[in-house]
Amino acid sequence: MAGSVVFLIIGKNMKPKVLILRTAGTNCDVETDAAFQLAGAETALIHIQNLISGKVDLADYQILAIPGGFSYGDDISAGILLAVEMKHKLTDALNKFVADDKLILGICNGFQVLVRTGLLPGASASKNDVPEMAQRATLAMNTSAKFECRWVDLATQESPCVFTKGIKAEIYLPVAHAEGRFTAPSGVLEELESNNQIVFRYAKSTYPHNPNGSDADIAGVCDTTGRIFGLMPHPERFLMKWNHPRWTRLVGTSGNSSEAGDGLALFKNAVNYVKSHGK
Amino acid sequence: MSSTVKEIEILNADDTELMRISREGTLSLNLNEMHAIQRHFDGLGRNPTDVEIETIAQTWSEHCVHKTFKSIIDYAETGKEPERIDGLFPTFIQRATEEIAKPWCVSVFSDNAGIIEFDDTYNLVFKVETHNHPSAIEPYGGAGTGIGGVIRDSLGTGLGAKPILNTDVFCFGMPDTPYTQLPKGTLHPKRVFNGVVAGVRDYGNRMGIPTANGAILFDTRYTANPLVFCGNVGLIPRNRCEKSVEPGDLVVSIGGQTGRDGIHGATFSSAELDDTSENLGSVVQIGNPIMEKKIVDALLQARDKNLYRSITDCGAGGFSSAVGEMGEHIGAEVHLERVSLKYDGLAPWEIWLSEAQERMVIAVPPENLDELIEICEAEFVEATVLGSFTDTHRLQVFYEGRIVADLEMAFLHNGLPQPIKQAVWDPPKHPEMPSRDKETDDYTDDLCQLLASPNIASKESVIRQYDHSVQGGIVIHPLVGAENDGPSDACVVTPVIGSRNGVIVANGINPKYSDVDPYLSAAAAIDEALRNIVAVGGTLEKTALLDNFCWGNPDKPDRLGELVRAARACYDIATAYGTPFISGKDSLYNEYSDTTTGEQRAIPATLLISAICVMPDIQRAITMDVKAPGNSIYVVGNTYTELGGSHYFGIHGFIGNNAPIVRPDEGKLTMERLSTAISKGLVRSCHDCSEGGIGVAAAEMAFSGGYGMSLNLGSVPTGEEISADDTLLFSESNSRFLVEIEPQHQQAYETLMKGVPTGCLGTVTDTPDFIINGTAGHRIVETSIDTLKSAWQAPLSF
Repeated sequence: MAGSVVFLIIGKNMKPKVLILRTAGTNCDVETDAAFQLAGAETALIHIQNLISGKVDLADYQILAIPGGFSYGDDISAGILLAVEMKHKLTDALNKFVADDKLILGICNGFQVLVRTGLLPGASASKNDVPEMAQRATLAMNTSAKFECRWVDLATQESPCVFTKGIKAEIYLPVAHAEGRFTAPSGVLEELESNNQIVFRYAKSTYPHNPNGSDADIAGVCDTTGRIFGLMPHPERFLMKWNHPRWTRLVGTSGNSSEAGDGLALFKNAVNYVKSHGK
Repeated sequence: MSSTVKEIEILNADDTELMRISREGTLSLNLNEMHAIQRHFDGLGRNPTDVEIETIAQTWSEHCVHKTFKSIIDYAETGKEPERIDGLFPTFIQRATEEIAKPWCVSVFSDNAGIIEFDDTYNLVFKVETHNHPSAIEPYGGAGTGIGGVIRDSLGTGLGAKPILNTDVFCFGMPDTPYTQLPKGTLHPKRVFNGVVAGVRDYGNRMGIPTANGAILFDTRYTANPLVFCGNVGLIPRNRCEKSVEPGDLVVSIGGQTGRDGIHGATFSSAELDDTSENLGSVVQIGNPIMEKKIVDALLQARDKNLYRSITDCGAGGFSSAVGEMGEHIGAEVHLERVSLKYDGLAPWEIWLSEAQERMVIAVPPENLDELIEICEAEFVEATVLGSFTDTHRLQVFYEGRIVADLEMAFLHNGLPQPIKQAVWDPPKHPEMPSRDKETDDYTDDLCQLLASPNIASKESVIRQYDHSVQGGIVIHPLVGAENDGPSDACVVTPVIGSRNGVIVANGINPKYSDVDPYLSAAAAIDEALRNIVAVGGTLEKTALLDNFCWGNPDKPDRLGELVRAARACYDIATAYGTPFISGKDSLYNEYSDTTTGEQRAIPATLLISAICVMPDIQRAITMDVKAPGNSIYVVGNTYTELGGSHYFGIHGFIGNNAPIVRPDEGKLTMERLSTAISKGLVRSCHDCSEGGIGVAAAEMAFSGGYGMSLNLGSVPTGEEISADDTLLFSESNSRFLVEIEPQHQQAYETLMKGVPTGCLGTVTDTPDFIINGTAGHRIVETSIDTLKSAWQAPLSF
């Protein structure tokens, strides 16, 4: 066998490996870890220093998850310092990860990071006029001008996103953020619409249903391949059915005996995608 | 020159000079204590250094040693034989816990927080602290570092607990206070309110800890002395609950750098505020939640690798308290020049006393140091070896090779003379309000007014600013109901995702009853906290309590008399319910004086009771919002003529005298049976009757569930003859609940509740109409749930 090329093949019984990225101020890492484990993945909580120093190789993983929190205190603005760090210190590793068709998920602060790196919404269709990893949208201060924690109805959109394949048309998830208003130049918004890159919209446009005043009620977007996905709501906070704020009102109304919450499906989709695609 | 050490001339000082030294140094030591120090150093034949006297002042401060609760009290109550009480804490608090003797109490009163059993793998730690004086002067920083401090209490308990839940209770002046009526040098209550909420929000949210329980109260007497209670629950492996220190272990400081911030915080909080306190900016600490998060991340890894033997937080008194406490039984030496400083120019005593935030001290066996430092470096946390623990039984502090403090641990920790204090209690008499039944037969306006009174009104604008779903374990949210906006009685979380083992946290606080009798206020606070636990599905059997006393100046005999009354109630009611205290704290001297006019203000005697309950299956939890039309509404527990200190009297300008009494024989049976009914799935929703009585509880259940109600007061069970409708509707008798029962469970419910007073008041209706009929059969409340809800939601949405 010496000299032959060995491809990493994920068999049906092998668990996809998820790297959950941590740094100072990350605080949703444990529940994101739980979500991927419940979905059947093998997980590792890795501080970004260990990627930068080379102690850990991103290439050993199939999914990169950037959890919520206040990375570096959200100093300057939400997620920007971690985004700069990733862009400049992990450039090659990230480019290779994307080029290898692997999955990237950013939740809340992780979404803010992905938008600020430019990984989301990703390069324009006419790729040449936009440099790699350039920021094309932003997540600005909520129109209410404050941090808010509430559950919102999301309308699942037709999109190539692998995380939301076959999930409910309407899904209920919590948001908890101060800087979640998705906004972009009209050209970019039009492009997102025409490429079906909008994955979730807040089901109603009025406050507080659209909790932050996002353009086009955008709650989550993916890149054109559907493999990079970011959202402000927290699917990892709805892993068990009793996390729903009205579960005591719903007792006995559904014949579904499963204990899983609706958020788990997104993580299962990611795990199943990796299993079926063998990378 | 800042780096020099001064000798404090006390050997030849007379009493006036001793008190001048204490006052000008913000030492908060009284003459008796100054004499004890003078005698000690006289025996040594030398004066103390500034480092030494400051160390003693911190260690002996009310904040650190709780001397009022340990002092001998000569207590005189009108109409009774005088008695001598040898310490409120041992007599009333500790004794209650010892007599209740719950096997699931792992550690009580000895560590930074109390510890109880949770499941086969973990225990829970719980602590509530106050940060009142700092929040009065600088609300944002004071409140933020309040929550930061109590989180470090969890982290400093056992070998360190992971913080999983915050609870916050605030007491402010009235939000509509005219600026012209503000006491000199104080901030407006609205500014304090907004600053405190923002401080707690920014610190708690950044730490990633859900804030899912709390309360906000208003009273003009809190204007100059707002109260900020911050609590934290932590999760700790069962085999990490004990600490020890051995000679040779290194004294290692973890976390933030040291600056001048917060110097004298401990002694400052042991004095009254006055109109010049606003100038004491340097006593308020500066918070950095991301630093604290990094410390948690690093220390929990080090804990799991067993790299240190003991840990405590640098809170009040800074290193002086932390190292002094850890080395109490063996000795310690510290080299102050090794401390990592924010900037140069600090005198040795300032380094030693600084209350700079986000610092922990751990005892590290030398062979583990390298591995510890590796973990800290990976998380970008500073770890500094300051010295070592010794077998000298002395606390020895060095600066650049010179010894600057050399104190016997025995004198430092046991040299404080036990004070003897005087306390009196003379029950007040207030004018009674006659029943308004003769002048009106419509209480709709009264009900709306009660719902709109700031203590009862919705706190949603605050609650939404706190992240209550982070960590993914929330089960009963702080806001519940059809539109997620009803007031939950308590919160429930599962600290381990996927597990059904839950933790319930609730609180009780009734300072208005203190105007009648602090005994009744304290008893009602316990009853209320327990009702809230039971209302969501908890049990008395698995509930532990924390006590947080916020009081006026205990050197004044009437204030201390009130404290005696409240502490006695704690013993009586906790033992009757079988719910032990596991930790507590007191914040005294919450008084304000105007130095020019001599005007004095004290807060109402305020006891916060926090309750924590372990719930074996969170699927049995219920909420307070009504669920479906056609279900019946029952009241559980007897109503008495108990409107003294009630909100109903309050809106009509009365205090009255018949404050609610706790009858634990009735209350215990009621709560135990109700817990059983809930655990059997017989109860669809449950809400406790507290402020505003049955009327407010029913309105809240109805508008939270989005359905009307039709009720009849004639079916309210009473413990005595009551004919007045307003008494039945608004009396605040303890140990009562409203429950919603589905038709198919009515019989089983009634059978189970035999022996407990319960009566069916009416039904949940399909319309928005909210109707209550009086005892004579006519309508005394007729309105819609929308009207009631807007009255309740409007006041605090600023």
